Amino acid sequence: MSLDVEVRTALGALRLEMKVQIEEGEVVALLGPNGAGKTTLLRAIAGLVPIQSGRVELDGQTLEEPATGRYIPTEQRSIGFVFQDYLLFPHLSVLDNVAFGLRARGASRSEAGRRAMGWIERVGLENRAGSKPAELSGGERQRVALARALAPDPRVLLLDEPLAALDATTRVAVRRDLKMHLASFSGVRLLVTHDPLEAATVADRLIVMEEGKHVQTGTPVEVTEHPRSRYVADLVGVNLYRGQADHGSVLMPGGQVLAAAGAEAGEVFAVIHPRAVSVHRAKPEGSPRNVWHGRAHGVELYGDRARVMIKGEAPIVAEVTPAALAELKLADGGDVWLSFKATDVSVYPA
Amino acid sequence: MRRERAPIWIAILAAIGAAFFVVPLVGLVVRTPWGDALQALTSTDTLQALKLSLIASLSSTALSLVLGVPLAWVYARIDFPGRTVLRALTTLPMVLPPVVGGIALLLAFGRRGLLGSWLDAAFGITLPFTTAGVVFAETFVTMPFLVLTVQAGLRSLDRRYEDAARTLGARRWTVFTRVTLPLIAPSLFAGAVLCWARALGEFGATITFAGNFPGVTQTMPLAVYLLLETNPEGSFILSLLLLLVSLAVLVGLRHRWLGSA
Repeated sequence: MSLDVEVRTALGALRLEMKVQIEEGEVVALLGPNGAGKTTLLRAIAGLVPIQSGRVELDGQTLEEPATGRYIPTEQRSIGFVFQDYLLFPHLSVLDNVAFGLRARGASRSEAGRRAMGWIERVGLENRAGSKPAELSGGERQRVALARALAPDPRVLLLDEPLAALDATTRVAVRRDLKMHLASFSGVRLLVTHDPLEAATVADRLIVMEEGKHVQTGTPVEVTEHPRSRYVADLVGVNLYRGQADHGSVLMPGGQVLAAAGAEAGEVFAVIHPRAVSVHRAKPEGSPRNVWHGRAHGVELYGDRARVMIKGEAPIVAEVTPAALAELKLADGGDVWLSFKATDVSVYPA
Repeated sequence: MRRERAPIWIAILAAIGAAFFVVPLVGLVVRTPWGDALQALTSTDTLQALKLSLIASLSSTALSLVLGVPLAWVYARIDFPGRTVLRALTTLPMVLPPVVGGIALLLAFGRRGLLGSWLDAAFGITLPFTTAGVVFAETFVTMPFLVLTVQAGLRSLDRRYEDAARTLGARRWTVFTRVTLPLIAPSLFAGAVLCWARALGEFGATITFAGNFPGVTQTMPLAVYLLLETNPEGSFILSLLLLLVSLAVLVGLRHRWLGSA
């Protein structure tokens, strides 16, 4: 069982151009900033927005292909969809919400009720079956939405920001439950998120997209260790540069040269963790091969660490202790020197 | 809420404005000969008019629902050439003098009207001066209220609920009956009540198109108007009855129209 999608379509200012292939049993997370087109891609797979060209294929069966005029309407696609704000039908009880898909696909009232009750028990809401969605907590609604999408036994499960509507406290518990329920479903699972933690916890593979285009694919570890865009680098919290490698150094487009032990040749990304960057008020003399001059222009606190934004030869973020922050008076800004070792620069092909 | 004092001129004009409504209603209550009320209300003529009014207004509300909800759906969802013009035409009866509406109906469905002559020749059906004619006249005047209300309800509906139903395998008709209609139920209810209240008071189009025959086309407002010449006290009592019905409707819908305050 696999889902094969190649979509080109325009919606307002967004130009979506994505190719995605997901195998049976895989949990894939689409990660990207707001407005990247993640939700539009999900809706296109479900047939809720038309595609201009390309193809949506499930198990070798073509669901949509503008070139041949083929279009299987949403209601005939075997796709379960968990919407961002769940969209539980407010006029129906939990039981009737979960039974809705079974009824719509022709099950008798008693049969649908019996199977829906089974799903409600699986998500642990048997004592809430008669409640209306408005009486449920956010976490409970999320579970009802999941049960409702899974009850008709779809081959694909699409989840649009399944945890975004929850507050931080419930999110942790619901994320764990979601991971468990996703594991018990054997079809294709595709989830949209802009939370890297959610993506990394739940998914086997991440697809990063920005402005409607594919940016990077890989396991959560591959993506976080080797970010290929400013967006991912910011999410992970590292400094990312792109340039031309030349045996031990990287030449950046602005003309700056970065000493990097692993650099060989060709177009590369270079990553420096803020922890590896030291900040000085006077020009340091020592072993680090990279010594830059710059101006501190902002400080953010991360737990017991402070991150200093520095405008230098290239913008860079350094991580220091609050004690160092106070001693060097970095919050006041001003001229600084910074240094980092050539061995602390991780280089990989672009 | 902040305590605020009204400027003197606003207070005076507002008081006159309020009195403009309160005084006539008080007059109706004060001048009604309560002693004869029971007798007047139970007279055959009154009961006949009341019964006819209820039958006609409820029938026209039902007809408005059956035809008006699909019309509102089409207006809200389907983009077709001439939609704006058509929508304007079907809204026109709201602002058209009802007498003009009655005359237009006569020209269309009268014995020698556009469709009326054909109906008469082919089926022997004549609408003018029949109870069915009353229902026609009332529907003509009141359906626009329902269409507008339901259309507003459809437009404010979050259509992603319909998307959710489709991903669950529901066909268009199932989506409409199981999701769309229940979700716009408040608009549907308000539109129907507005439609019914307006139909109950319809006068101009009814008397023009259907005439004024006791037991057949003489509804309450027509009876009130007729009684005013022969038996003013009786007309006061019937007026009060209609006032009470209107009041009941208003109280029933107070959350919608008067706010929760």
